[in-house]
Parts: sequence; structure tokens; C-alpha cells
Amino acid sequence: MHIDELVTLVEKMPAFPNSVQRVVELASDINSSGKDIVVVIESDPVMTVKILKAINSPFYGLPRKINSIQRAVVHIGINTIKNMALSVAAIGVLKPHNKAGFDTGKFLLHSLMTAAICKKLGETMGVPQNELSDYYVAGLLHDFGKVVFAEFKAEAFKQSLQKSAEQQLPLHHCENEFIGIDHSQAGALLAEKWAFDASLVEAINHHHTPPQSSLLTQCLFVANQVSKQLGIGDAGNPIVEAFPEAVSAHFGMDLNEVIESLGDLSTLKSEALSFIH
Amino acid sequence: MKLIFRGVRGSIPTPGPGTVKYGGNTTCIEIRTASNELIILDAGTGIHALAQRLNPRETVNAHIFITHTHWDHIQGLPFFMPIFMPNNLINIYGGIDPVTNEGIQRSMGVQLQYSFFPIREAELKAKLNYHTLLPGKTVSVGEARITPTLLNHPVLNFGYRIDCDGQSLFFTGDYEPVYNIYSPEDPDHDEYQSYVEAKLAEVAQAMSDVDALIVDASYTDEEYRSKQGWGHGTYRSALSMAAQAHAKKLFLTHHDPCRSDRQLDRIHQQLQQENRDAPFDILMAREGIEYTL
Repeated sequence: MHIDELVTLVEKMPAFPNSVQRVVELASDINSSGKDIVVVIESDPVMTVKILKAINSPFYGLPRKINSIQRAVVHIGINTIKNMALSVAAIGVLKPHNKAGFDTGKFLLHSLMTAAICKKLGETMGVPQNELSDYYVAGLLHDFGKVVFAEFKAEAFKQSLQKSAEQQLPLHHCENEFIGIDHSQAGALLAEKWAFDASLVEAINHHHTPPQSSLLTQCLFVANQVSKQLGIGDAGNPIVEAFPEAVSAHFGMDLNEVIESLGDLSTLKSEALSFIH
Repeated sequence: MKLIFRGVRGSIPTPGPGTVKYGGNTTCIEIRTASNELIILDAGTGIHALAQRLNPRETVNAHIFITHTHWDHIQGLPFFMPIFMPNNLINIYGGIDPVTNEGIQRSMGVQLQYSFFPIREAELKAKLNYHTLLPGKTVSVGEARITPTLLNHPVLNFGYRIDCDGQSLFFTGDYEPVYNIYSPEDPDHDEYQSYVEAKLAEVAQAMSDVDALIVDASYTDEEYRSKQGWGHGTYRSALSMAAQAHAKKLFLTHHDPCRSDRQLDRIHQQLQQENRDAPFDILMAREGIEYTL
């Protein structure tokens, strides 16, 4: 699958049903607040990538890349962001079930949980507050490649999902076999093409193979395993991966200890569920 | 540089006995450099008055910088008479709208359709060139260097800094200083505040040490309370911007269309009284008056 083909396809990509409905509602209400629209966009990977893609384009020549919707709002204004979200909403709605048999509702829950946990992990690792939104966005977008596959490579993705489930193999290995590229590579290629910050591109690219150097990628790896272990949401990969050495060294805990250290996640879960229903 | 306001009203032209002194045209500023380059900031209805002052026997080479594409800043474009004369060269500059992904040519293309105007763009006689600007990237017009900065408004808006002949000015276009959309008790408040402060510092840097700062000051503090988020500044925000930028002269413009000459006089007087120690002149932008920087 060629990158130009991917890029063209994502242009046509519809957003998630609940966020489309909320954006339309908020845009019809002159008294709606800026932060309400930010919350909706931040809960939808499609809206988030499209807005970050626009704001990071060379037209805005920003001195540093923008990884968060909040930062995008400060730069080009809430009304423009609202208008952009509305134009994404106008493209249509992602079907909850598609030809690939991929459940986009469960996918969204997995993405939102991973985002919230990744941000929380960043916080516990002492990441400065103004960088935590990068952790959230990395979690939200790490599996974006899958939703592109489900929409535009349905047959091959269906085979990947089936083989992964039946033989209990990591989904990205099966994607490589049937599509010729896996979702982390697809997501990273897109993020790179859209000039997202290098740390975000790396986190998406290596979220199954976190390198020693990047705390963001390591937090993302752990957040992804925690989400899968707890079974909140489902992005089609049945395998909970063991911590590589770099991750164990950094966190000094195993998966169950990390889960214990995170405490009660029911608030994060109910917040994530509220975006979906 | 010479500076002449050709339109100082916000939103809608307001002719009538109450707006004779300050003028009733919408935003347009004429700048003349020492080598007589013609730079025009925004093309509100004031650009028609500007065109009337040009010598019809001389060819026109104009550089029109559009801050943003709301009506009151582009409505005069189809009435800028030099576009109908052969041999004239009209350069129009502006940004890319992130929603449509289109450049400034769209504003002319949209206005010049038979449904809205009797002449199409293809029928214009002058040579029109459109230029897409990038924030922070300086362009040159003769000796003048013009640098756009992204400023908050409900549509993409550039403030322009012009440096020329050893002098400088900055025009905000329509601008509401960015503010925190979260309340202090909200967990996202502090993070957002750090972005806001970084952006305000970037803006202050872009307008630093100018000889003239021309600012959208539409509202009093009291009016602003019900108009936050509409995209315009206040007299107070303009004063603090001028102080931070170490500007020498502050011009307040984008007068509210409901404001009469008498009300503007009163506001001006009050601002001068309350800010006697301000290290800059406080002036109300007024149509047709020429200032030499």
C-alpha cells in the first residue's frame, strides 16, 4: 500500500458518529463554549488528525509542531477549529460495523482509554504539564492506521483480524502478511507526511517496539498493554505483550504492578464511555 | 512612511451626520513609503475613497495586504477603480484559509460573480497577482519589508508589521487577544494558560518597538463582557499591548458602527486623562488625516 494512496484515502475518511452529532449540535448553538468543542474533537481520532494535519501544514509555518488541539486553538482560534470540525463532520459518519468486521465503537473506547492512561503514566513519570497533551494525543492516534485499513482495505484487514484471533498472533504481524504494511507503520507514514512532531511520529511507529530513548513511546506501549489487559475497548489485537527490557528498566514494575499503581480507573472508563454513547 | 486612514469603522459602513469627523468607511489604510510605493492594508469600503485620490493619468502599482476575509475588510476590492484600467498592476496578499484550504484569490473570485456583481474577474483590465503569505515569512515591496503574524479572530487573520525607511508600524487587523477558555478550577486551565502566554509573548515580539501601532479597539470593558469571543479587542487591551510593545504612537481603530463622533471624542478624552503617564501618544484613527511617522 503506497503512502500517497493512504493520504488520499484519509481525506475522505468520515468521523465517529457521536462526535459528528455533537459538533453539529454545538455549531448550532451560539452560546456553546470553546472547551466543549475541544473535548469533542479530542475524543475523535479522525477529527484530531485532520485538524493537526491542517495546522501543521507549511502554510502556518509554526516554529514548533503542534501535537494538541488546545494548542491549535490558541494559534488559529476556536471559531476556525469549530469550522474545521464541522467540515470533517460534513463528510459523514463512520459505520459502527464495516466490511472488515471491525467494531469502531470498541476501537474508539480502546483509543480513548489508551490516551487517558498514557497521559496519566506521563504524569506519574514527572512529565511537565504542558507536554501531557502530547501523551494523550499519542494514545488517541496510535492505532489510527487500523481504522484506515477497516475503511479502505476491508478484505485484507478482515483476514488479518481473523488470523490474529484464531491463532492468537499479534495483529500487526498478520497485517504485514495480508496488507504488506502494519497499522503502526501506516499511522507513522501518515503522521510524517503531515509533518507532525517527530516524537509523535516515533511513538506511533514504535508503539509495539518501544526504543530505549523515548519516554513517550514507552508510556504509550504500557498504556496500550494496560488497556488490553483490562479489556476496556477492543482494537482487534488479542495479545498482551510482555514488557521489553527498556520498559521494565524505566518503570521498574511488571504489568500488574503498573495497573495496581494506576489505582481506580473507573472514572477514566466512564469518561471514555460518555464520548461513545 | 506616511500613513492615511481611508476607513476606520468595523463591521459596516456608517455614513451620516454622526460620523462626519472620524468617518464611516470600513477598514482601509494607505501607506506611502519614501520611494512612493503604495501599500494598502485591507480593502474595506475606504479603498474607494483612496482610489479617488489617485492620479487617473498615472499607472497604478498597488500592493494590497488583506488581514482577513470578513466583508468589512474586502468589500471595497471590486470598487477599487484601478482594477478596471489596463496597464495597472494590482498585487493582493493574504493567507490560506485552513477550512477551505484556499488562498486570497477566493475573496475576489467569490465577490465577482454575476449574482453579486456585474463584472467577472476575467473581465477586469488590470493585471492582478495574488500572493499567499506564510506567518513569520517576510515579503518585500520596494524597500518595505512586510511580516505577517497569526492573530486570533473568528477567521484566519494576519497582523502586519511593516519596516521601511528606518521606521515601523504594526496593524492588527481584527484581533481579540487570545484568552483562556477554561476556568481556574478546570484541570486543563494551567496547561492552556501556558499556551496563551506563549502566544501573547509571540505577538508582543512581532509588534515590538514600532513607531505606530494600529489596533482593533472596538469595545469598552463593559461592552466586552457580553462580547467575549466575538474577535475584537478593547481600549484597555490596546493600551496594554502598546505598553508591552514600547510603541511610540497608538492608533485605535475599528470603531463600533454604533459609536458617534461625540462618543468617540468622549472616549478619547477619557483615555488621555486616565493615561497621562503613558509613554506613547493615544490617537483615534480618523479618515483622511495624514500622519508622517
